[in-house]
Amino acid sequence: MSISGSPFWALSVAILRGFLRDRASVFFALVFPLMFLVLFGGLLGDQGTSKVDMIKVGDVALVDELPDDAREAFDETFEVEESDDLEAAIDTVRKGDADVALEQRGDVVVAHYTQTDQVRAGITQGTLRAFVDGANVAASGQPPRFDLRTERVEDDSLTTIQFVTPGLLGWAVAMSAAFGAAATLQGWRQSKLLRRLQLAPVSTRTVVAARIAVTLTVALAQLAIFLGLGAAAFGLTLSGTWWMAIPLVVVGTLCFMAIGLLAGAITRTAEGAVNMSNFIVLPMAFLSGSFFPLDVAPEWMQRLSDALPLKHLNEGMLDVMVRGEGASAALAPLAVLAGFAVVVTLAAAKLFRWETT
Amino acid sequence: MSVIDARGLSKTYGDLTAVDGVDLTVEQGETVGVLGPNGAGKTTLLEMVEGLRQPDAGEVSVLGEPVWPRNKRLQPRIGVQLQASSFFERLTAREQIHTFAALYRAPATAADEWLERVGLEEKADTRVEDLSGGQGQRLSIACALVHDPELVFLDEPTSALDPQARRNLWDLLSDINDAGRTVVLTTHHMDEAEVLCDRVAIMDHGRVLELGTPTALVRSLDAPTRITVAPGVVPVEEARQIPAVTEVRETADGTVLTTRDPAGVVAALGERQRLDGVTVHTGTLEDVFLALTGREYRA
Repeated sequence: MSISGSPFWALSVAILRGFLRDRASVFFALVFPLMFLVLFGGLLGDQGTSKVDMIKVGDVALVDELPDDAREAFDETFEVEESDDLEAAIDTVRKGDADVALEQRGDVVVAHYTQTDQVRAGITQGTLRAFVDGANVAASGQPPRFDLRTERVEDDSLTTIQFVTPGLLGWAVAMSAAFGAAATLQGWRQSKLLRRLQLAPVSTRTVVAARIAVTLTVALAQLAIFLGLGAAAFGLTLSGTWWMAIPLVVVGTLCFMAIGLLAGAITRTAEGAVNMSNFIVLPMAFLSGSFFPLDVAPEWMQRLSDALPLKHLNEGMLDVMVRGEGASAALAPLAVLAGFAVVVTLAAAKLFRWETT
Repeated sequence: MSVIDARGLSKTYGDLTAVDGVDLTVEQGETVGVLGPNGAGKTTLLEMVEGLRQPDAGEVSVLGEPVWPRNKRLQPRIGVQLQASSFFERLTAREQIHTFAALYRAPATAADEWLERVGLEEKADTRVEDLSGGQGQRLSIACALVHDPELVFLDEPTSALDPQARRNLWDLLSDINDAGRTVVLTTHHMDEAEVLCDRVAIMDHGRVLELGTPTALVRSLDAPTRITVAPGVVPVEEARQIPAVTEVRETADGTVLTTRDPAGVVAALGERQRLDGVTVHTGTLEDVFLALTGREYRA
C-alpha cells in the first residue's frame, strides 16, 4: 500500500508550495530586499568621499610652497580652483558650489567654509590645520618628534556592500518570517483550515514544526541568495566566521515568526495581520541599522535600538560576516534573539484563538 | 450501539444559548439531517459532537468513544467537511486531496479514486481558488472521505450553490452512505433534507423541535392535501360537488382543491375527464417547520 508521505512532510510541502505560488510573498521575501541590495551595492558602491572643492583666492604661500610629498597629499584631498575675487569666492561657497575659499593675510591663512556638509567641513578644517602645523614645524627647522600612521581596523576590501548586506539580509529574514507566520495563522483561521487540522489525526506540534521548517528553508535560501549575489555581482567578501550567520538566521527567524504569530493573534484578518507585521518590522528595520549604519545615528536612537531584536541580528551578522570577529561574537546576539523568541511566543500563545469569532 | 449518542447537550456564549439541552442518537448507516435557519444552533451542535467544542452541559459519545477532550483514537474514524474553503492556499485539487490523504495516512490511490468519484479528474490541476463553488464543495467532500471514515459530518454541503449545482451534488451525497457509512449533515434547505436524509432533526433557537423521518414528520402534521388542476379545466361549482373536497380556490396557477382524501378526489376528477395539468401537494417539511415554530421558514 503506497502512502502519500508522512503528515509532517505533506504539510511542509503544502505550505512551501503555497508560499512559492504567492507572487507577493516571494516578491517581499526575496525580490524586494534584493532590489535594495542592488541599489545600495551598485549605485552607492564607490562611496569614497569625492574631493573637497577649494577656491584659492590670490597667492596662498602655504599651498603654493608645499614640498612635493605634501603637495601630493594635498591634491588627493582638494580640487583647487584659482580666483582673485574674494567676495565672489565666498559667495560661491555660500551657494554650495564650492566647499571652502582660502586666502592668506600675512601669516594667517583664512578658510571660509560652509557647514552645510559637516563631514566636508570637518575634513577641510582638519586637513588645513595639519598642513599649517606641518608648515610651522618645517619653519622651525626641527625634525618632527612624533609621526602618525593610520591603519583601518577592517579588512582592506571593506566597501559599502560589506556593510549593507548583513543589515538588508536581517530585514529580509525578519520580514518574511513575520509575514509568513502572521498570514498563515490568519488565513488558516479564516478558512477554518485550522479547525479542520484540529480534527485530523495530526498533532499541533507537527503543524507548527512544518510551518517552522518551511520558514527556515526560505530564510536559509535568502541567506544563500544574498551572499551569492553579493559575492558574484558586488565583490562581497566574507570573513572567516561567516558560517555563524547560519545559527543567527535560524534563531532570528524563530524570533520573527513569534512576532508574526503575535500579530496574527491580535488581529482579525489576514490583511490586518500582514499590515501589523509591516508596522512592526519596517520601523524596526530603520532603527536597527538595516538601511543605514547606526554609528551615525543619535545616541538615543542607538539606545532604543538595543531593545529591538533586529538590531542584535544585524550586529551579530555584521560581526561574524564582515567585521572578522570570532564565532563567539555571535553568542550574545543569539541569546538575545532566543530570549525575545521565547517571550513573544509565550505572549502569542496566551492571546491565541482557534477562531476569529 | 449507536454511532452518535448525545444527551442533554448545551452550549452558551455569553447571553446567547446556542444549543439548549439537545438529545441526538444516530444509528449506523443512517443519513441524518439537522435542519434549521441560520443561527438555529446547528453548527454549534455539530462542533460539540465532532469534539471541537466542549459542551457546557451534557454528554456525547461517538462510535463508543468520548469525544472530549480531543480523542486520537476517534479522529481517523471520522471525516469532517467544515466549509468549502477550508483548503491549503494555492494548491491544485489533486495536491489538496493528496495532502489530506497524507494527514490521515491514507493511500495515495484513494486520493485519486475520490477525485474521480466526485467528478474532478479534469480539474485535478486547477488551483482550489479557481474552482467553482460546486467544484470546491465536491473537493471538500472528497477530502472528508479520502480516509474512508465510518462517520462523516458535512456542514451545509450545498450552501451558496445555485439550484442546478445543488441538485448535481445530491447525486453524490445520496451515494456516500454506501458500505454502512453514517452521514450527519446540516442544511437550511427543506427539499434537500427531504431528498437526502433518512431522518431529520428540526432545530430552532438551540432546540431540536422534532426528530423523525421526513414522511413521518409530514404525516404527523396531518395537513390537508392540495390538488391543483389547470385554469378553467374544472368549474368551481362542479369542484365543490366532489365528495371530500373541503375548499376550492381559483388562483393564477389553476383551481386548487383542498381535501383529506386525495385518492378519492383524483379518482373523481379522472371520471369527469378533468385531470389536465394536475399536481398534488401533500405538505412538505416547510409546512412542518411552519407548524412547529408558528412562522414562515427563512433560510
